Amino acid sequence: MNTKRKKIDYSKWGYIFILPFFICFFIFSFIPLMDTVRYSFFEYYRSGIKEIGPNFVGMENYVSLIKSDMLKYAANTLILWIIGFIPQIVIALMLAEWFVDARLKIHGTQFFKVVIYLPNLIMASAFAMLFFTMFSTNGPVNSILISLGMIKQPVDFLGSVTGTRSLVGLMNFLMWFGNTTIMLMAAIMGISPDIFEASELDGCNSIQRFFSITLPLIRPILAYTLITSVIGGLQMFDVPQILTNGQGTPDRTSMTLIMFLNSHLKSKNYGMAGALSVYLFIVSGILCFFVYQMTTNDDPDGSKAAAKKAKKEKRG
Amino acid sequence: MKSKGSNYFRSIFAHVMLVILSFMCLFFFYILFVNATRSHADLQKGFSALPGAYLWKNLMSVANDGSFPMFRGILNSLVVSGSSAAICTYFSALTAYGLYAYNFKLKKAAFTFIMAILVMPTQVTAMGFLRLITNMGMYDSLLPLIIPSIASPSVFYFMYSYLQSSLPMSLVEAARIDGSGEFRTFNTIVLPITKPAIAVQAIFTFVGSWNNYFVPALVIQSKDKMTVPILIATLRGADYMNFDMGKIYTMIMVAIVPIILVYLFLSKYIIAGVTLGGVKE
Repeated sequence: MNTKRKKIDYSKWGYIFILPFFICFFIFSFIPLMDTVRYSFFEYYRSGIKEIGPNFVGMENYVSLIKSDMLKYAANTLILWIIGFIPQIVIALMLAEWFVDARLKIHGTQFFKVVIYLPNLIMASAFAMLFFTMFSTNGPVNSILISLGMIKQPVDFLGSVTGTRSLVGLMNFLMWFGNTTIMLMAAIMGISPDIFEASELDGCNSIQRFFSITLPLIRPILAYTLITSVIGGLQMFDVPQILTNGQGTPDRTSMTLIMFLNSHLKSKNYGMAGALSVYLFIVSGILCFFVYQMTTNDDPDGSKAAAKKAKKEKRG
Repeated sequence: MKSKGSNYFRSIFAHVMLVILSFMCLFFFYILFVNATRSHADLQKGFSALPGAYLWKNLMSVANDGSFPMFRGILNSLVVSGSSAAICTYFSALTAYGLYAYNFKLKKAAFTFIMAILVMPTQVTAMGFLRLITNMGMYDSLLPLIIPSIASPSVFYFMYSYLQSSLPMSLVEAARIDGSGEFRTFNTIVLPITKPAIAVQAIFTFVGSWNNYFVPALVIQSKDKMTVPILIATLRGADYMNFDMGKIYTMIMVAIVPIILVYLFLSKYIIAGVTLGGVKE
């Protein structure tokens, strides 16, 4: 019997369908990236109305960035990120555990979820502007604190390093803890209920259960949350930019890397902006690699590989 | 039983924490709303917990302010966000379908490539992007804020996962036997099936584009093309003490109210959508 027909080859349609994506990526991301890398080796800026360059200067831009305040701004970015991230992950873990635990009988779960996720959708720039007006010396927060008798004189929140950094951290916390809670909740709900039941029969209390069962089992999602949050933190811009009007006040202690990049772009210093972009590209490339590993690998945290290795050692 | 008692206290503690956190989330928006309903003179007197009756007057003065064209800005933002959401979801679904349904030589390479740039920040190419659109004559126009959203790796990934779970290839083959062309199959069979995923991603793309500040601030120069976040930033840059504070609060409120309205109606789908793709921004 020979009914085998020649199959129609549809493969060209695959290329046609993915073509718009790749053309668009090539024009609006790849060419700009190459251009950015190229100009990072040139002296190319504007001084008044005169344009200097482009003159090839090799690695000079990279060296002068290291010597400039870039590392200080990197440290600022890291500090601002940590102030927001630590409360975010702690609170999110707690809330996720509570929402999932049926024995706590949390009322209005849906309402609370809707409320805590709300700040994530708010325009960061408008949110920062709102905080700026609220925490200004004659703003509502000061007037509430005074009328409650908690302070005598208005506090200049935005005049102090701690005040400004805490406000940025608070905003980042408010904007992201709801999102993280929902992510972690999904992860905890993915754990087999049998494991929890078994632990209960063995007399495990809720704290033991959290630290020795839930936490290790959601490690992949925790790692994913951490890395994506680091990438988000690296891009921190809107909130400190609007809050401090792009100055990173006081004394540039809340200036982030992207704010630094933005100021170079605004002043049309293409050489420096290029070199700074390349530094950022390298760091985010490394972080992207981790995310790639997590999203495409079925053994995201290396636990299976470790188990295999342990087994081998046991045998050998 | 002892554990029952401890659960009771844990439950109370959890509820108290939840109420405090919800209060923190809503408190600032409540003050914003109250202050937007009060006049400048009233605001100078100090804080009040109850709204005033000045909202309409504040709204009118926002609408009539020529130097901060807020409503023009909202219109621009709607155009940019709406078009971005439409083309981003359509082309992401198309790309996802292309990689899901067909076998071709570069399939694996294309997929790997998109996954590798999944969370790449757009800021790293901003400098070249700015030069490119200047050379293309698109500086100070809304187009460069819309067109690049055709290539959105995270939306693609979401669509791809969705197709994997809900589009059987037998359906596509049945359409082929009935003589449907490949494009027609995509538009009339695949798109309707992915509607739930498209809806969720359209919302997220819309919100992301509505709130985007970094790129628009670099690209847009003229007042009548500014989107809402740039106007807010301009407001911050101006000497704000000379302003009518009631008007400033009203402007901030006007900037965030459209998203809050969308959220109130669609919160169920939005919250479900956060975890589906497993990719955040």
